Amino acid sequence: MADPVLRLNGLRKAFGALVVTDDVDLDVGEGELHAVIGPNGAGKTTLINQISGLLSSDAGSIRFDGHDVTHMPVHARASLGLARSFQITSILPGFSALANVALAVQARSGSSFRMVGRADAEAALNTPAMAALAEVGLADRADVLAGHLSHGEKRALELAIALAMQPKLLLLDEPMAGTGHEETERLVAVLRRLKGRFPMILVEHDMTAVFALADRISVLIYGRVLASGAPEAVRKDPRVVAAYLGEEME
Amino acid sequence: MTDAPIAVPRARPRMPSLTAELLPALIFIAFALVPVLAATGAETYLLSLFTRVMIFAIAAMSLDVLVGYGALISFGHAAFVGLGAYAVGILSSHGINEALIALPVALAAAALFAWLTGAICLRTSGVYFIMITLAFGQMAFFTASSLAPYGGDDGLTVKLRNTLFGFPVFRNERAFYYVVLICLLGAYVLCRMLVVSRFGRVFRGARENPTRIAALGFEVFRYQLVAYVVAGALGGLSGFLLANATEFVSPAYMSWQRSGELIIMVLFGGLGSLHGAIIGAAAFLLTEEWLSGLTEHWKVIFGPLLVLVVLFARGGLLGLAQKLRRLGRG
Repeated sequence: MADPVLRLNGLRKAFGALVVTDDVDLDVGEGELHAVIGPNGAGKTTLINQISGLLSSDAGSIRFDGHDVTHMPVHARASLGLARSFQITSILPGFSALANVALAVQARSGSSFRMVGRADAEAALNTPAMAALAEVGLADRADVLAGHLSHGEKRALELAIALAMQPKLLLLDEPMAGTGHEETERLVAVLRRLKGRFPMILVEHDMTAVFALADRISVLIYGRVLASGAPEAVRKDPRVVAAYLGEEME
Repeated sequence: MTDAPIAVPRARPRMPSLTAELLPALIFIAFALVPVLAATGAETYLLSLFTRVMIFAIAAMSLDVLVGYGALISFGHAAFVGLGAYAVGILSSHGINEALIALPVALAAAALFAWLTGAICLRTSGVYFIMITLAFGQMAFFTASSLAPYGGDDGLTVKLRNTLFGFPVFRNERAFYYVVLICLLGAYVLCRMLVVSRFGRVFRGARENPTRIAALGFEVFRYQLVAYVVAGALGGLSGFLLANATEFVSPAYMSWQRSGELIIMVLFGGLGSLHGAIIGAAAFLLTEEWLSGLTEHWKVIFGPLLVLVVLFARGGLLGLAQKLRRLGRG
């Protein structure tokens, strides 16, 4: 296998005496969907925040696409092609859905200090943005203010924003959080279509979705990787069943 | 996917075209007509009053870029106005009266101050941003007060208004009025371009959700700093014109009360529309002028009036007008 897109080495993070990320090694290969599961408080979101740069790491290293990004700020990692969605929806509520995504296209296209011309009339931004919206099934909601979208639509919009960045790695922090059954199915279908096109780290509680999508699963408990491997192997791992899956898979 | 429709006629709930395009045009036509109407009455008084309105409108509008579009509540905006004014005053006291020198110096001084202080202020946010901009504003105020060679507390008189290419254009009240109007129009066009541009979209996005903007790959700080410098420079332009209009420069131009008044003007007219700030500046100064003609205790009336506007006209006068129009339509 070629070099992985992302490689975490001995990553660590503590809040006071509480070790939230404890010596985590993890990698994501080209085109791979790597799911991270674990009970609440296992440190999944903290790990995503460390990878995206929202939190600094106490020790260990993060290599992304050939760069050591361990100490880079959020925006620099994003410019390298690290896109993320947030567990708690993070969009621009006062912007239209289209403008939300067009801004992501703009981020990739550079020249954002340009002060002439109407940004919202630029076909070069709107066309790819519209394509990303269509990809997640929001094309007909392009002109709606993002704040007025339903919860499931907002989740889909986050995904469209991440897609429009043409990322080299997608970090998805519970993209299905709080969505209804039908919306979950829609999002799973979207993710299935995206699978293989972008390497992804998927943090998710919906085990049906995880086992349907993941190429590899890592189980995080108390900040440690308890097990990591193919979905079937993880499902059968007695430690995982005892610590986590037992109750979840009933 | 290539034939996906590109939504050009945007259905988003934007402001109706009356306020978006027509109202600013009406405002500028009204300003252009003031000298014509003034010629029939108290010409000097009206010209100087509306010159003042337009000068403060420039300052209020530049503040609206920060407050209304960036949620950067700067409580030290008067410092930029004062710096622009002092540039005129100090140069004039050394015998330099040419606008082609004084104006660039005024703009550069204000922009430089904005850049230096903004680089520090913009590391903070919320209440801390308000307090630190206030602190820098007061620093400028006390520095000006202690400038003994340039009048100190008392300020200094500008003996002659600036010349333009050596011609005493500014000394004709009517010509100066139109110079100020052109400056206001230029500042308006610049601010409008700024907020709808690619740059403006990032800047406005940072108001709504800075974390998201950073996660897209933008360094929020740099965008805010550029906007801060542009707004500061426009404040300097306002100060340059103010010193010429009043033929006087004083530390009071930089006082925190002045900064507060500018914020009130922006709120009075309606946040985040630019022309709202022009309306706010006009409403503020004209009400002040009217009330102070009625009684010397005019602030007793003016204060409660401001409270009423903030309480009952969220979105300022612009918001009020929209509400009334909606009521009128049923």
